[in-house]
Amino acid sequence: MALNNRYDFVLLFDVKDGNPNGDPDAGNLPRVDAETGRGLVTDVSLKRKVRNFVGLVKGEQPPFDIYVKEKAILTQQQEKAYLALGLDPKGKDGKRKGGDDVEIAKKWMCQNFYDIRTFGAVMGLKEANCGQVRGPVQLTFARSVDPVVAQEHSITRMAVATAAEAEKQDGDNRTMGRKFTIPYGLYVAHGFVSAHLANQTGFGEEDLELLWQSLAQMFEHDRSAARGEMATRGLYVFKHESQLGNAPAHSLFARVQPKLKDGASVPRDFNDYSVTVDEAELPQGVTLQKIVG
Amino acid sequence: MKRTYCLEVSGDFACFTRPEMKVERVSYDVMTPSSARAVFESILWKPAIRWHVSKIEVIKPIRWVSIRRNEVGAVVSVRNAQEAMNKGSGTLGLNIEDERQQRAGLFLRDVAYRIHAHFELLPNAGENNSMGKFLDMFERRAEKGQCVNQPYLGCREFACNFRLIDTTQPQAAPIAETRDLGWMLHDMDYSKPTDPQPRFFRAQLESGVLRIPAWDSEEVRG
Repeated sequence: MALNNRYDFVLLFDVKDGNPNGDPDAGNLPRVDAETGRGLVTDVSLKRKVRNFVGLVKGEQPPFDIYVKEKAILTQQQEKAYLALGLDPKGKDGKRKGGDDVEIAKKWMCQNFYDIRTFGAVMGLKEANCGQVRGPVQLTFARSVDPVVAQEHSITRMAVATAAEAEKQDGDNRTMGRKFTIPYGLYVAHGFVSAHLANQTGFGEEDLELLWQSLAQMFEHDRSAARGEMATRGLYVFKHESQLGNAPAHSLFARVQPKLKDGASVPRDFNDYSVTVDEAELPQGVTLQKIVG
Repeated sequence: MKRTYCLEVSGDFACFTRPEMKVERVSYDVMTPSSARAVFESILWKPAIRWHVSKIEVIKPIRWVSIRRNEVGAVVSVRNAQEAMNKGSGTLGLNIEDERQQRAGLFLRDVAYRIHAHFELLPNAGENNSMGKFLDMFERRAEKGQCVNQPYLGCREFACNFRLIDTTQPQAAPIAETRDLGWMLHDMDYSKPTDPQPRFFRAQLESGVLRIPAWDSEEVRG
């Protein structure tokens, strides 16, 4: 259960007539970088989807339980096979001392919860402030390749919520709402998997496979009225031969270049983009895995 | 044999959170020494060495962006985990919708710095650890872009690029800005590991260069 390689990855995903990530500061408008007009999707938004996907696929059972849950997939975890992991909860000699115990609890949480093993977590501690788990997987904000334009749509509802509202409208019973969409946007996010941190949390090869699978398929299970059509369009993984890595991440990321095709001035479809992946003369010790795209 | 290394770090965003404004995070104007130290440590760190940051050059204009995110306002309870371990059952998950906090952050955008640092060998280093060994290790790793974890600018979501700079070669000038940045966090004092204490210094940006006083100098106060 250990990783022997560092990984850097590029994730491409798109949205069509939807809102990939609303901005609570701007009345749920899609997040936009005000200076460049390019769309943003936060790292936490993407991590949420990974968690939801893993929760769905693995049924929130240890060792793939999810710590930070969303109500949408509410399964009460009761009487779980916590001990089936072969971990003696009482420790070796059945005696517990404050400090050791915290380490054991941390390790145990890592073993049981996929998201703690992957992204890390802050564990509550009063005496010492070292109670955190740093996960191996690090994600950045995703940005759209080209500026996006958020469109506002007014929509109507042919019913009202309360009797008082109906009275006010003299029985007309119609209300209006607003909805924001981006006609089309292709987004790029960068990510990193540190082998050293993986070995500290017990993040193994099987977990890594699950991570790739979730990044490839997470949008398929995140359909909603707000999202529109979202899909992973590319997942390019640079695998380093060593744990420390064999090349700077930014030089590898620069090899994946999505560009608007000639003649397509207003992108409305993934076909309006061409993604060039420079595989020629990869640095020694680096291999490219094209999981999607 | 003290050698000062220079790394150029750059990224789309950065947040070097001011300790007095950490609920809704507000970044310092410029990278802090402690954050720069962490960048060096992500490339090479052993218990035998300690990094000291001496200078931070600001290469791009200081610009801001405000971003609000949904965050979680609770931490994993060690006690609950222990209880579940022992009993073999229990509910540990955390419903984000019950523990939600919306927090805005005032972050830096489009940043680039040249950070200068050297390391010292600690007295308890042991005989197997020579200065030369670590110097070689660091150079080898930094030149190849190797790192233990991808370094970041204040928060892990703001990963940064890094590149070892040959300071004998001419470099782009830092920004032409001179001002008093006020009191800034120098680093945490971990001499008592159970109770780390912050230490501060008066940060002065002079023609885009922030000079960092030595850790044990009088200018650093805790």
